[in-house]
Amino acid sequence: MGLSRTLADFADEVGAVGAGPVCVRGGATQWDIGGSPDHGVREVPAPSGIVAFQPAEMTVRVGAGTTVDELHDILARQRQTTVLPAAQGATVGGLVVVGRNGVRSLRHGPVRDVLLQARYVSADGCLVTAGGPTVKNVTGFDLCRLLVGSLGTLGLLGELILRTRPLPEAQVWLVGEADPWVLVGRLYRPACVLSDGRTTWVQLEGYRDDVAAQAAVCRAVGLVEGAGPPMLPVHRHAGRPVDTTTFAARHPEAGGFIAEIGVGVVHTTHAVTRRPVPTGVAALQRRLRVEFDPTSRLNPGRDPLAV
Amino acid sequence: MRDALRDDAVMRRRTRTDRNPLVVALVKALAPDRVDDRPLARRLFARDASVITGGHTGVVCHPTTAAEVQACVRIARAHGRAIVARGSGTGLAGGAVPCNEPVVVVTTKMNRIIDIDIANRIAWVEPGVVNLDLTRALVPHGFHFAPDPSSQQSCSIGGNVANNSGGPHCLAYGVTSAHVLAVEVVLADASIVMLGDVSAEPIGYDLRGVFVGSEGTMGIATRIAVRLTPNPPAVRTLLLDFVTVRDAAAAVSGIIAAGVVPAAIEMMDAAITRAVEQYVGAGYPVDAAAVLLVEIDGLPGGVAAESAIVERVGRENNARTIRVAANEVERALLWKGRKNAFGAIARIKPNYYLHDTVIPRTKLVEVLEQVYEIAARHDLLVMNVFHAGDGNLHPLLVYDAREPGIIERVHGAGAEIVAVSLAAGGVLSGEHGVGLEKRKFMTKQFSADDLDHQNRARRAFDPDNVMNPGKVLPSGASCGDVQHLDAMPEGAWV
Repeated sequence: MGLSRTLADFADEVGAVGAGPVCVRGGATQWDIGGSPDHGVREVPAPSGIVAFQPAEMTVRVGAGTTVDELHDILARQRQTTVLPAAQGATVGGLVVVGRNGVRSLRHGPVRDVLLQARYVSADGCLVTAGGPTVKNVTGFDLCRLLVGSLGTLGLLGELILRTRPLPEAQVWLVGEADPWVLVGRLYRPACVLSDGRTTWVQLEGYRDDVAAQAAVCRAVGLVEGAGPPMLPVHRHAGRPVDTTTFAARHPEAGGFIAEIGVGVVHTTHAVTRRPVPTGVAALQRRLRVEFDPTSRLNPGRDPLAV
Repeated sequence: MRDALRDDAVMRRRTRTDRNPLVVALVKALAPDRVDDRPLARRLFARDASVITGGHTGVVCHPTTAAEVQACVRIARAHGRAIVARGSGTGLAGGAVPCNEPVVVVTTKMNRIIDIDIANRIAWVEPGVVNLDLTRALVPHGFHFAPDPSSQQSCSIGGNVANNSGGPHCLAYGVTSAHVLAVEVVLADASIVMLGDVSAEPIGYDLRGVFVGSEGTMGIATRIAVRLTPNPPAVRTLLLDFVTVRDAAAAVSGIIAAGVVPAAIEMMDAAITRAVEQYVGAGYPVDAAAVLLVEIDGLPGGVAAESAIVERVGRENNARTIRVAANEVERALLWKGRKNAFGAIARIKPNYYLHDTVIPRTKLVEVLEQVYEIAARHDLLVMNVFHAGDGNLHPLLVYDAREPGIIERVHGAGAEIVAVSLAAGGVLSGEHGVGLEKRKFMTKQFSADDLDHQNRARRAFDPDNVMNPGKVLPSGASCGDVQHLDAMPEGAWV
């Protein structure tokens, strides 16, 4: 237990404004999202390691450079986990700054709700704390939610406190040809309902008796136990949950797709152009970035608006 | 108040030409009956449900559309006034107390539920919609709005957004931020933007996320998309009573440690239990040192399994009796007691002052013991009724303001309670927000650099510091003449 290097050392290495453009290299598994850092930007590693895991508190304090696999392995020993998506080689900090949800967000909610406290290094080299260590906290402005999905442009994450949740007693995938919306309507809080327009995959989680009863609901409409989740296509589009029904007709350019029913995320084989961000919101986004990083030294080249 | 009524009569006799140009411009943009600068209105809207007095309202506006809110902001700025938004005024930290005669924008007339969209599991509402009215409208659909502050019969969803409000059932379901997908906001420059959207993953920074809980300092919400939560198929409510507070607190920690996250775990100590029982007759055991109200919901198998765990942990921690609500009537009565706790306090003493700190839930036993010790040392009566499952304390110091020197003791004890909460690894506020009340404690939780970054976020939204200035952050425009610790207004909730 403990960080591989201190937060003070991390802040020193990031340095102040004079130290020039800088980014954190985690697993670099998602550098295609929002653009790669500009060529020649200095790369520093974030501290890694589990600082404190308190199962009775359902929180974990972890270095941003820790891989999510390692984190989840350690949490699983106490039958807990987080909502961070499993991604081989990806770091906790990387998954948080990218902010993309795993396929179980229908039941477990988004990544943005998991970050309780962040200690990060600001553009001027200061160590800043956002949020607080408790599971409930409305003290001051909620900078943690700004950091989720920020692509490291507001500060470089050093150490995080995340909310954990209990691992379910039972889980099962069911597969078959059925109307996924019928299942979303009949099931109570399934973990995941996926559809490629023909096949439906459902993941159920919970206590054994409940999973069995809900699985019976799935079988009644023709699903059978099977493997899941399917391999998800690489591109991603997010819309309103109901829009997934007509997605294929509206976006023939998407190619093959698998939609997260009830959530609104669609995984596609080809990129789909998204609606432009309204100018007023884009201006506010830019002002925010300038406030946090006036000299554009944090992850230059990466743009949260360009994901 | 009599003076204010007499002044009102004088004001009514005046002609509009006597009025200042700010009021004239606002009347022109809204309507004569929705702009009020009479003394009575200005006094009424100078307060919220906090103990803070001494606010000064410039003029009170009741817009009915986003365009009218924009007009209020534009006109206020043209006349050099700040803007303070306000919903039902049930806030407990002085967040809506106006400083330096701003234009007060009251959103209660923007109270339409615009759309209930079950397919997408969202509802679009105007900010003045009362929290419980939305949940009532959702009953036929089998859904509800999860945040349930004790003030839910009165508080507005716009106010919930501003304060990132909580409530008993936020233990399992999360506070308001987890239930708000998008907010249409009028910014300080009177422009209108949509923060977040109803898609699963909005592009860019989570501006919605930082706006929620910003206490009116980043703009005024004019339309809100909230997430709808399906009603659970099964619910079980348990009342456990203990002969020591220590056992009850240990049971709370034990339940969470067993891997169970109930929908709610509320705790009431002896003094408040007795007061509530006399007031409501909820069937609470009046000789208990503490009671826990635990609610489990979900599918029937999980409810049965988790109830069994709660009962086991309760017995291991010496629960004297464990009662399960036999039906919906009993369940409603148990909750009625909890939700009316603060009405019961008036029977004990005329005034109360409370804090809203959060501590790690594994430290409930030791911090509660410190809270009792602090109250005893200051010769004060403390009552505890709080969201124990997430460690959100609400220590209530009850007193009679007429007693000489009592205010200083209440202040002293309050500051010590904050200090022990922070020392235990806690935070200043779990659900009431910072407002004016807790600004002075912000430096005890955050460093200067931390606060500088919070201010940068605020400045991106409001570079000229005109939206509810002087709130949340300890620096900025001051509201120097506010006073604390007046009597709690009637009908305040926690």
